[in-house]
Amino acid sequence: MSAFSAIGEHAEHDRNEYTPGVEPQPTWCPGCGDFGVLKALKGAAAELGLSPEEMLVCTGIGCSGKLNSYFDSYGFHTIHGRSLPVARAAKLANPGLTVIAAGGDGDGYGIGGNHFMHTARENHDMTYIVFNNEIFGLTKGQTSPTSPKGHKSKTQPHGSAKDPIRPLSMSLNAGASYIARTAAVNPNQAKDIIVEAVEHDGFSHVDFLTQCPTWNKDAKQYVPYIDVNESEDYEFDNTDRSEASEMMFETENVLNEGTVLTGRYYVDEDRPSYQQEKRRIGEIPEEPLAERYFDEDYEWERVYDTFLDKHK
Amino acid sequence: MTDDELIWRIAGGSGDGIASTSQNFAKALMRAGLHVFTHRHYPSRIRGGHTYTEVRVSADPVRSRGDGYNFLLALGDSFARNPQENAYYGNEEVKPLSENLDELNEGGVIVYDSGLLDTDDIPDFDERVEENGWHVYDIDLRTIARDHGREVMRNTAGVAVTCAIADIEPQVIKSLMEDSMPEKVFEPNMSVFDDAYDTVREEFDADAPDVSVPEGEHDEEQVLISGSDAIAYGALDEGCRFIAGYPMTPWTEVFTIMSQNLPEVGGISEQVEDEIAAAALAVGASHAGVKAMSGSSGGGFALMSEPLGLAEMTETPVVLVEAMRVGPSTGMPTKPEQADLEHVLYTSQGDSHRVVFAPSDAVEAYKQTRRAFQIAYEYQIPSIVLYDQKNGGELQNVPASVFDEEPNPDLGSIITEAELEDAPHDPSGKYNRFQHEGEKGVSPRSLPGQEGGRYLATGNEHMPAGHISEDPDNRVNQVNRRMEKMEAIRADLDGDEDTNTHYGPEEAEYGIMTFGSQQGTVEEAVDRLNDQGHSVKMLGVSEMAPYPVAEVTEFVESVDEVLVVEMNASAQFRGLTQKELGRYGEKLSSLLKYNGNPFEPGEIVDGFVTSIVEDGTLPGHETKFVPAASD
Repeated sequence: MSAFSAIGEHAEHDRNEYTPGVEPQPTWCPGCGDFGVLKALKGAAAELGLSPEEMLVCTGIGCSGKLNSYFDSYGFHTIHGRSLPVARAAKLANPGLTVIAAGGDGDGYGIGGNHFMHTARENHDMTYIVFNNEIFGLTKGQTSPTSPKGHKSKTQPHGSAKDPIRPLSMSLNAGASYIARTAAVNPNQAKDIIVEAVEHDGFSHVDFLTQCPTWNKDAKQYVPYIDVNESEDYEFDNTDRSEASEMMFETENVLNEGTVLTGRYYVDEDRPSYQQEKRRIGEIPEEPLAERYFDEDYEWERVYDTFLDKHK
Repeated sequence: MTDDELIWRIAGGSGDGIASTSQNFAKALMRAGLHVFTHRHYPSRIRGGHTYTEVRVSADPVRSRGDGYNFLLALGDSFARNPQENAYYGNEEVKPLSENLDELNEGGVIVYDSGLLDTDDIPDFDERVEENGWHVYDIDLRTIARDHGREVMRNTAGVAVTCAIADIEPQVIKSLMEDSMPEKVFEPNMSVFDDAYDTVREEFDADAPDVSVPEGEHDEEQVLISGSDAIAYGALDEGCRFIAGYPMTPWTEVFTIMSQNLPEVGGISEQVEDEIAAAALAVGASHAGVKAMSGSSGGGFALMSEPLGLAEMTETPVVLVEAMRVGPSTGMPTKPEQADLEHVLYTSQGDSHRVVFAPSDAVEAYKQTRRAFQIAYEYQIPSIVLYDQKNGGELQNVPASVFDEEPNPDLGSIITEAELEDAPHDPSGKYNRFQHEGEKGVSPRSLPGQEGGRYLATGNEHMPAGHISEDPDNRVNQVNRRMEKMEAIRADLDGDEDTNTHYGPEEAEYGIMTFGSQQGTVEEAVDRLNDQGHSVKMLGVSEMAPYPVAEVTEFVESVDEVLVVEMNASAQFRGLTQKELGRYGEKLSSLLKYNGNPFEPGEIVDGFVTSIVEDGTLPGHETKFVPAASD
């Protein structure tokens, strides 16, 4: 019998179940794109039939880091840039959990960039949502890794001399096996993408354009947006790595010219997840490790019997 | 050095199998009934460079390196850089011989591979041999090895020569080689062994007044084990089944042992992108309900500061190990020091609250790592095991029965789903996982996936259910409860016996205090001082945090003066002691060493006599005396 009975119960769930009773209410600014992520995540969780208590939402620091304050599930609000290593270990410890990591563009592509690259490379079975508003919001409007070249801020008074990060291309090169971009103004597409991302076996990365009405007025509302999978103006096969790469490059090029392209950019269903790879070489147990500590019949190995002979 | 012990030094180049040969030698003599203790010296280099391992062998228990040594086996350095006139690093080819002469005791034995080393390259060699009464055996080990097998087997030839000179029964070595080698390697090695052994017997005077190995017998089965082994084994017996790490000398040893053993017991090891990730993974795995650890050495541990603070704030149990080496920065990567004490006690922002153990040897490392896990999981707090390159890597024999213990997979203070039904929840529907009140400051934690247990863990200050809050009353309640744990742990540890070590006559006039890896050496110094007519006892402290204030106070009160021995330049352990005790500045003086080599017992004897008894100055510059505040 499982010690974690919230896992895998497959009951009907209403999207309102993921809203905390009474408090806390979101403290994001009126018109903030973060509301769009919260709404899409609630819709996706309900559609997936996930119990709030089989979900672990790990966040970084910033406005986006408060996602798990307002989404009612198990939550771990970690430190700046470090949601991914915490999240992926929790998934290894208890693979029954649905693990979602989330954070801002500074959190994921700047200070946590190394973790992003390696989590994608390893293809951990989890979802990462990056709130991309092209700015540092909570610290009041400094230039971020995705801010466009020339963007002026208090810390870059003469405009940024740096080209922005290319989040989609970086993700593809690093090894993510599901890569999408959506926008807060596009709630239905966002919900559908999150559903697919969570269902995907492997590392799914959702670059989520979240307008910051307070500090990044240049970015407007990310409208009008175009879905590259549906628009007749764009044609590419998102299971083909080269075509995906070209489409990503184009998408990143035109964003700062006012053309907002979104959609599923890369889907690789064949690549085994890290969990599958590690099980194949015998380095991850068949049963979830977290269950073992509650299994009264399990005979814990003793060093004295198991490892001492080679020292004699 | 006493007459009834052998201190054998095998020297050569890094990558020439010095470590494995010395390990086999030590294990063979342990099996023959002797006590053994090793001391390693190696460069931060893959191939070549001055390397040696000492094996101290005695009929009685040994717990330290000796003063100098009495038997040198100088092999060649296969990867020495070409000697050049005035080269900064000197002539590396002769270093296995030239670098080791200063510490060779009078009357000692030198065996060198005349196929690779030429004493003409060493200034005043013959004069020094004459002066010190050394016995020199020049044997072409390389040719013997080549004749019967391959050149690398010259290590075997050297061991055979050692046996012939020191009267070690060849079968003692041979049977171990048989166990550890495949047959087609074993056969030629045996031919090499026999040829080398016979060469000594035939060509040299077998009755030379050299060193010999004593007879010995163990009254119970022994194992040859290092501090790193013992830390890993302590973790495994506490049910630790998850480790995350990044390679760094000397912590890599624990990480390697765990990584090799965990799959066998259905555990998970993760080698990750950096130490920030490593500690964060351990926190994540523990949060999800698996006993987890990480670790590093100084520089890597610095990167763990933030996840360490996160574990404190979110009350996530985790065990971190820190293997000290010479600092600051990259320092001297393969040499020991004890200068990260303050680093592990205080790193990370805010009021730190964590447990730190500093075990002295393999037995303490096993026991204290287990205790570190128990406290971490019971009190939901990070525990750190602080050790160094010395006690991590040195091998010693200990009774196998030390490890004849039951495993303990208990997750500590968690709440079950059944208990959650009646547990307090807040209006948002979350479980109050961080209640203001808790026995010994502990509020039971739920685990993700448990029905009725959802809460928010956060590095921000938080309300009972985890919601972020800056309310002053809540803040004070939460801080007080978290800090209360430290006093509860101190009380628990005060009830433990033998964590800190008392040694020497209880009524002694003077005291020596030390911590961690120097303890065994201090014990030997205490024995010698008392034999010389001084009146000295030792307190070796392992509990760095919470600090055993009552126990140390009693010790300091009981003596006239205390010499604090530690391997660093800023007297960190003395500083900690004065801070925790709040007085005794006039009573505590320091003996420090920070040249990359651990203390020898004789240095502590000399340091004590010249500084405490005679109020003089220390001979030489290897150690440094810092007087008490009143002097």
